[in-house]
Amino acid sequence: MSTAPTPPAEEELPTPAVRNRRWIPRLVWVVPIAAAAIGISLLIRNWQNAGPQITITFLSGEGIQVGKTLVKYRDVTVGRVSDVVLSADHKTVVVSADLSKDAASLLNADTQFWVVRPRIGVGSVSGLDTLLSGVYIGLKTGTATRREREFAGLENPPALSHGPRGRELQLHAARAGSLGIGAPVYFRRFQVGRVIDENLLPDGSTRVTVFVDAPYDGFVKPVTRFWNASGIDVRLGADGLNVQTESLAAVLAGGLAFDDGPTEVVPAAAGIPGEFTLYKNETEAMAPPDGEPQFIRMRFTQALRGLDVGAPVEFVGVNIGSVVAVDLGYEPQDRSFPVIVTAKLYPRRMGTAHEVLTAQGKTGSDETIGAFVGTLVNRGLRAQPRSASLLTGKLYIALDFLPSSPRAAFDPSSRPLELPTVNGSFQELEASVGGLVKKVSGLPLEQIAADLHTDLKDLHDTLSELHGRVLPSALDTLSALHGTLDSAGRTLDLESPLQRSLAETLSESRSTLQAVRELADYLDRHPDALLRGRRPQKMPQRPAAPSLEAKP
Amino acid sequence: MTALRQSLELGLVLCRTCGLAASRASLDADWRCPRCRSRIEHRTPFSTEKTLAWLIAGIVFYIPANLLPVMHTSGLMGEADSTILGGIFEFWRSGDWDIALLIFIASVAVPFTKFIAIGLLLLSVRNNSRWQQHQRTALYRIVEFIGYWSMLDVIVVALTSALMQFQVLGTAEPRAGIAFFCAVVVVTMLSALSFDPRLIWDRRA
Repeated sequence: MSTAPTPPAEEELPTPAVRNRRWIPRLVWVVPIAAAAIGISLLIRNWQNAGPQITITFLSGEGIQVGKTLVKYRDVTVGRVSDVVLSADHKTVVVSADLSKDAASLLNADTQFWVVRPRIGVGSVSGLDTLLSGVYIGLKTGTATRREREFAGLENPPALSHGPRGRELQLHAARAGSLGIGAPVYFRRFQVGRVIDENLLPDGSTRVTVFVDAPYDGFVKPVTRFWNASGIDVRLGADGLNVQTESLAAVLAGGLAFDDGPTEVVPAAAGIPGEFTLYKNETEAMAPPDGEPQFIRMRFTQALRGLDVGAPVEFVGVNIGSVVAVDLGYEPQDRSFPVIVTAKLYPRRMGTAHEVLTAQGKTGSDETIGAFVGTLVNRGLRAQPRSASLLTGKLYIALDFLPSSPRAAFDPSSRPLELPTVNGSFQELEASVGGLVKKVSGLPLEQIAADLHTDLKDLHDTLSELHGRVLPSALDTLSALHGTLDSAGRTLDLESPLQRSLAETLSESRSTLQAVRELADYLDRHPDALLRGRRPQKMPQRPAAPSLEAKP
Repeated sequence: MTALRQSLELGLVLCRTCGLAASRASLDADWRCPRCRSRIEHRTPFSTEKTLAWLIAGIVFYIPANLLPVMHTSGLMGEADSTILGGIFEFWRSGDWDIALLIFIASVAVPFTKFIAIGLLLLSVRNNSRWQQHQRTALYRIVEFIGYWSMLDVIVVALTSALMQFQVLGTAEPRAGIAFFCAVVVVTMLSALSFDPRLIWDRRA
C-alpha cells in the first residue's frame, strides 16, 4: 500500500476519464415521479369514488357512531356515517353520511332511512346482528325521480324493506283487535303476508293495510273474506264452548286470515275491491250475507237470568238472529217490571222460505211484513225463552208456533214489531224439580235412620255371640275331625299291617280258589276219582299243553 | 482543523467497499479498487441528486401511507379500517399511552425525522456549509441506523393479519396504506444510502 508521500503535481495526475453516466440520475428521478403518479391516481380514484354526502335527521342518535355506523341497502354497505350533530333547535339529530358513488342512484325524494336496531317481537326477531356490531342505518329506495340529499329518518323500520312483489290491500274494521305492524296474514294457516300499516280513521274505525306476497296474492279474489285471527277466540255461548286460533304466533302477536267467502254469484269481471271488510272472526266472515236486519221487541213477565246480548234467536230451530238488548221496563198499571228484549232478525237466513215469501210479495214493505207476522201470530207464533244448556244456564229465544197458547194482541203497525210471548219452559222444569225436592224433604228420614241404627245394633250382638261361643266349639270339632282323618290315613296306608295282611289273605284265597278249580276240572274229567282216588298222571301228549295242566 | 488536507489534495481515493485509500495514480482506467476490484469513486456520483430523488419519493409516499387505512379488521363487533394515526389516537384514548407513544415514535416521528435530517444534510452540502460538520456526520449515522426501526408497523400488520384469521369472530387484512408505508421506509433508506457523508467535509470554492 504505497501511497505517495508527497503530493504529486497537478500535471502528473492522469486526466480522469469522463464517463457519461447522466442516465443514472435521470433513472433515479423515475422513483419520485412514479410515487407522485401513484399518489395522484389514488387521489383521482378517491375523488371519482366519492359519492354524495347526505344528511338524515333522527329524533335520537342512539347507537350511531361517527366513522363506524354504516349505511346499508339490502345488507350491503353503501356508506358510512361521517358526522352526528344536533340540529339548530336541539330537537333532532342530524346524521351526515358519505355514500359510495354507486349509491347515488338510490337517493330519491322518497327514499326512506331508519336505524336498524335489534327488535324482538313475538312474530319475528330482526336485527340480531346489530346486538354485537352496533346499529346501522337501513335505507329503502323510493320511486320518485327527484334527487334529494336531505332526508327525515323513520323512527320505525318500514314493514316492507325492499319492495317485494305482491299486492297491498286495505281492510276496514270496526276495531282492529290485537294487531300490530308486521302481524302475520294467513291463508289456510299458511303465512302469506303481513300487516304493514294500521290507521285509526277519524270516525274511530280502523284501516289496516296488509301486504300479500307474490305468488299468494292470487288467492285474494273479489269474494275473499278477511277476519281477525288474533289471540284465542273462546266463546262460551248457548251453543257450548268454542275455541278458535290460527297459530301460536297469531295467538301472541295477533294476525289476520283470509279465505274464499261463501261462493256467491260474483261477476267474473269484478276486480279486487279497493277495501275489504275485516270481520271479527271466521264464523262471522264466512256467514252468508245476512241482508238488512229486522228488529223485533218482546216483553217477558218473568226473570230472564242467563239471557245475554248476542244470544241466538231461533225460528223453528233455525238461528235467524240475535238478541241486541235486554232492558227492564215498568208497567204503571200493574206496577210490574217486564223484561223487554230487543232482537234483530235476518230474514234472509230463512233461506228457501225467505225466497218463497219474497216471491209471494210478503217481505216487500214494512206493512206487508207486519201483516204477514200478524197472521203468523194468529196461528200461534210466540216468543219463548228457553234454556240452551243446563250446564251453562244460558237462555235463547225461540220463536215457535204454540197453537195452545192464549190469544194475544198484535199490532202490525208498531215499529219495531212487538211479538207476543209465553213464559219459558224452564220455569215448569224448575217447578217439577221443586216438587221433587219437597217430596224428598217430606220423607221420615230421622225415623228411618233410628230404625236402621237399632237393626245394626242387633246384628252386631248376633255377630259377637257367634264369635264368643259358636266359633270355639266349631274349632274343637274341626280338630277331632282332623284326628279321625289322620288315623284313617294311617290305616289305609300301603305299608300298614292291615293292608299287608289283607294282601296276603287275598293271595292265599286266590291260590285256594285255583286249587278248587283244578280239583273241579279233575273231577269233571275223572268223576271216578271221588271213589278211586287220584291216578298217577301221564305225560302230556302235546308240548303246548296248558300250564294249568302241567301243574301238580 | 482547517489545516487538514483533503484526500483529493493528497491524490487519494477511498474505496467504500474495503476501506482502502488508494492512490489515484495506482488506479487503472476502469477505476477499480486495486484490492477488492470494486468500483471506486472519489465521491459517490450524483449523490445529492439521487438522495434528493429518493427523499422526494419518500415524502410523496408518506402522504398515502398516513391517509389510507393500513389494516381492515372485521368481526362480531363490526368492521373497521384503521389508519396509523387513527390507531395511535385510539390507543391513546383507551389509556394505552405507552403503546401509542411507541407507535408514534416508530411510525411518525422516525420517518419524519429522517426527512428533516436528510433534507438538512442535503441543504447544508449544497450550500457548502461548514457548520457543525461533526454533528452532521453523526446525524447521518443516526439516520442510517434508525432507518429500519420504522418497519415496526409493517411487521405488526403482517403478524396481525397472519394470525388473526378467525373467520366470523374476527379477521384482519392488510390494506394499501401499509404498502405505501413500507415504500416510505425502503425509499428513505435508499435515500440515506445514496448520500455520501464525505460531502459534509468537502470544501469547495
